[in-house]
Amino acid sequence: MAVTDQAAASPVRGASAAPLRRPMRLFRNLSAKIATLPMILTATVIFVGCTGWTVVHSFTSSRLLPRLDFVGLDQYDRLWSTPKWYVAIQNLAVFGVLSLIFSLVIGFVLAALLDRKVRGEDVFRTIFLYPFALSFVVTGLVWQWLLNPELGIQGVVRDLGWTSFTFDPLYNRDLVIYGLLIAALWQGTGLVMCIMLAGLRSVDDEIWKAARVDGIPTWKTYTHVIIPMMRPVFVTALVLIASGIVKVYDLVVAMTQGGPGGASEVPAKYVMDAMFGAQNLGQGFAASTMMLLSVVIILIPWAYLEFGGRRRG
Amino acid sequence: MDGPRGPRPRRILSRGNIMLYGTLIVVAIYYLLPLWVMVMTSLKGMPEIRMGNIFAPPVEITFEPWVKAWAEACTGLNCDGLSRGFWNSVRILVPSVALSIAVASVSGYALSMWRFRGSETFFAILLIGAFIPYQVMLYPIVILLREIGLYGSLWGLVIVHTIFGMPINTLLFRNWFAAIPEELFKAARVDGAGFWGIFLRVLVPMSLPIFTVSAIIQVTGIWNDFLFGVVYTTPANYPMTVQLNNIVNSVQGVKEYNVNMAATLLTGLVPLIVYFASGKLFVRGIAAGAVKG
Repeated sequence: MAVTDQAAASPVRGASAAPLRRPMRLFRNLSAKIATLPMILTATVIFVGCTGWTVVHSFTSSRLLPRLDFVGLDQYDRLWSTPKWYVAIQNLAVFGVLSLIFSLVIGFVLAALLDRKVRGEDVFRTIFLYPFALSFVVTGLVWQWLLNPELGIQGVVRDLGWTSFTFDPLYNRDLVIYGLLIAALWQGTGLVMCIMLAGLRSVDDEIWKAARVDGIPTWKTYTHVIIPMMRPVFVTALVLIASGIVKVYDLVVAMTQGGPGGASEVPAKYVMDAMFGAQNLGQGFAASTMMLLSVVIILIPWAYLEFGGRRRG
Repeated sequence: MDGPRGPRPRRILSRGNIMLYGTLIVVAIYYLLPLWVMVMTSLKGMPEIRMGNIFAPPVEITFEPWVKAWAEACTGLNCDGLSRGFWNSVRILVPSVALSIAVASVSGYALSMWRFRGSETFFAILLIGAFIPYQVMLYPIVILLREIGLYGSLWGLVIVHTIFGMPINTLLFRNWFAAIPEELFKAARVDGAGFWGIFLRVLVPMSLPIFTVSAIIQVTGIWNDFLFGVVYTTPANYPMTVQLNNIVNSVQGVKEYNVNMAATLLTGLVPLIVYFASGKLFVRGIAAGAVKG
């Protein structure tokens, strides 16, 4: 951290005339330091401090109030022997893998379709992206209504004469996570499409021309040339979706409240219930530390790929 | 017209085009369906909803659900409708957006033009921090807010929104200011402008687009927030999203789907208006956020 670098201590631009040594190093460039104080406090106190605080307290027996009496890994033992936590982790895994695959595929296909010099591209893009402006609460409530068994989609199809038609994911323990998935994909694929579209637009036209001259079919150009070229875009989208998935909370609360019978629990909701519902702070801290761990597991390979190769570049 | 020169005329109704537009239109209908159902349901009476098809337009249009959602719907605590949540959200939104943009723009400015030892380190921590699940930091922030006496108040929530809006918005401003020509900065320095002078008199007037993008991100983000609203405010100050959830998912009484959908639409209206009014700027905002997570 303590790099003895004179240049780093002076304003980057225009201040080369400033004397190299001044008595009080701390007060140099003072306005900038004061102005960035909120940022510095956020980075240190909130992001580092509060995270560290939670991790430390996850090793304590805190219940109603945080207390510093350490009990080792007891909270984690209890966490991993709680069925509700298993359900939550399982749901997150299923939901996570499926929403990654589907949003990448759907997002890319929609972007590729829009990239075919479509008339009214703006209209289509506006339609595909508008759900992203809506909150998870609104999304969850709309889909809760659409998936209502008596009056929603199932009811409509049954009224049409297909009386045995069943589509009530929100009332089926095994299917509820797919109900959430439908709503989440409706809300989020527009964003992925936009990222992909930006990536496709950055592909040089010459590549398309060359592929056409060589007589390569369009779909093959996509799978063999364009997609490999767009690897960084895919990775960005992946990280973005993945870090969003871990946070899934409002959608579940609005759509199913964790039901039916706790079948749609997710880790974020487990944490909230433990901390603010059951007054079981230690469990909440342990569970949220596990969430942090999963993000770290996602991020480290990405950061390594992204920044490890070209340090100081 | 059918001369041998020029590119081959493209047939509008080729098989490929029918497939292309067919797919796009089907997908567009799928994306629009929930909005359509929301609007239609909110304009029907309850008897019609029980009888009919959720996709069908209302036989008899009624605005009563909207009135009821706004002024009379019950949350389990009180029965004065969503209007309370709406005004709470406005009172949260305005200071949060103003404060977060002010802090982020100044930080971005300092980070791009007045770097000091360690500034890049703090910025890196800030960006990494954006990936930490909020649940990890929720409780310690409760303690901090309680210490300074703001827990449960609107201003506590404003601070929380400012904190969590900081990574993305600081990044946005930093990249914007970094692209401004160096000569401008030097000229202002020669003219004797200091840190604040350059920022307020030179940079802010020429940075309207980025302030707009940042405002769009913050307005939609803060309006749509649910988690912080639940954790950091008391029921009297609940924002609209929280109140909406309490109205729709309240277990008491008969479910009035038309009122629920009117309430849902009302809550979604502000971000939708921002979205449709801002057009390309919205896309630019999320693209800027996505370029470097």
